[in-house]
Amino acid sequence: MLTPLTIAVAVAAALLGLWCAVAALRDQPVKDWHYAGIAVVTLLTVVQLVVGVVMLAGGDRPDGDSTAVFVSYLVSVTACVPLVGLVALGERSRWGSATVAAGAFLLAILQLRLHDVWGGGVG
Amino acid sequence: MADGSGPATEDRGDHGSSPGSTPTGTRHGLSSGPGRLLVTLYAIFTVGAASRSLYQLSTRFDEAPLAYLLSAGAALVYAFITVALVRGGELARRFGLVACAVELAGVLVVGTWTVLDGAAFPDSTVWSTYGMGYLFLPLILPVTGLIWLRRPGVDDAGNEGVDDGGDTGDDDGGADPERTPRG
Repeated sequence: MLTPLTIAVAVAAALLGLWCAVAALRDQPVKDWHYAGIAVVTLLTVVQLVVGVVMLAGGDRPDGDSTAVFVSYLVSVTACVPLVGLVALGERSRWGSATVAAGAFLLAILQLRLHDVWGGGVG
Repeated sequence: MADGSGPATEDRGDHGSSPGSTPTGTRHGLSSGPGRLLVTLYAIFTVGAASRSLYQLSTRFDEAPLAYLLSAGAALVYAFITVALVRGGELARRFGLVACAVELAGVLVVGTWTVLDGAAFPDSTVWSTYGMGYLFLPLILPVTGLIWLRRPGVDDAGNEGVDDGGDTGDDDGGADPERTPRG
């Protein structure tokens, strides 16, 4: 699908992951600024979800028979970072930061898979 | 992830207290601190492996039944460990230990198998090549889980077998009449 957007989400997610990993290493919980970062990354993934749905609705399909896989990846991508953000709310320690970092890195990896699936590779 | 029926009253409003430090205030702490990261990863892997295997089993079962059944088995193990970590308690800790050992054995066996004889698995599973497609997390998770659930301090008490009533009692609502010395 839209490669520049995929790259943008992946880079933003990786940056968020690094940022929260640093917080975890410094023994700091997730703070308001981190949540601002989570919000930005989430917004990007929502845009990606909308773009993906619009493309599918417009008759564009991923290569091969992988539309279901593509849609499930798209939904996972959107849910990933908000979910770890919620988890971190209940864990006000360095481990909350580590959880957000893990979720953000996961999102970056999911972007690669999403790109593969759209290109016809089977997830 | 919420187990609903448990004694969830302590969960509200104890954000200020440091997790794990007060034995009576937290629910055995399997999912707090480092456990929070672990349980999140296990939950994500449960969802991922389960949806993946459901999709594969329902659409392409004939292509690689062994691989897809293995994926489903992995999903079950992940789900079991997630629930054990969320519930907490001595019993859950022990079952979690066993499940992590099973998981580790599965990763090692399937990983070795796929390295030696790739033709046995025409389609990959979560555990293929020691979970390389998933950044080796399928290999790292059970090891971390075993370390986290071993917890020597808890284990010493657990070996005695007498503290089962006190530690796992989900119904000790504050007062514990058996503990009070009589006479």
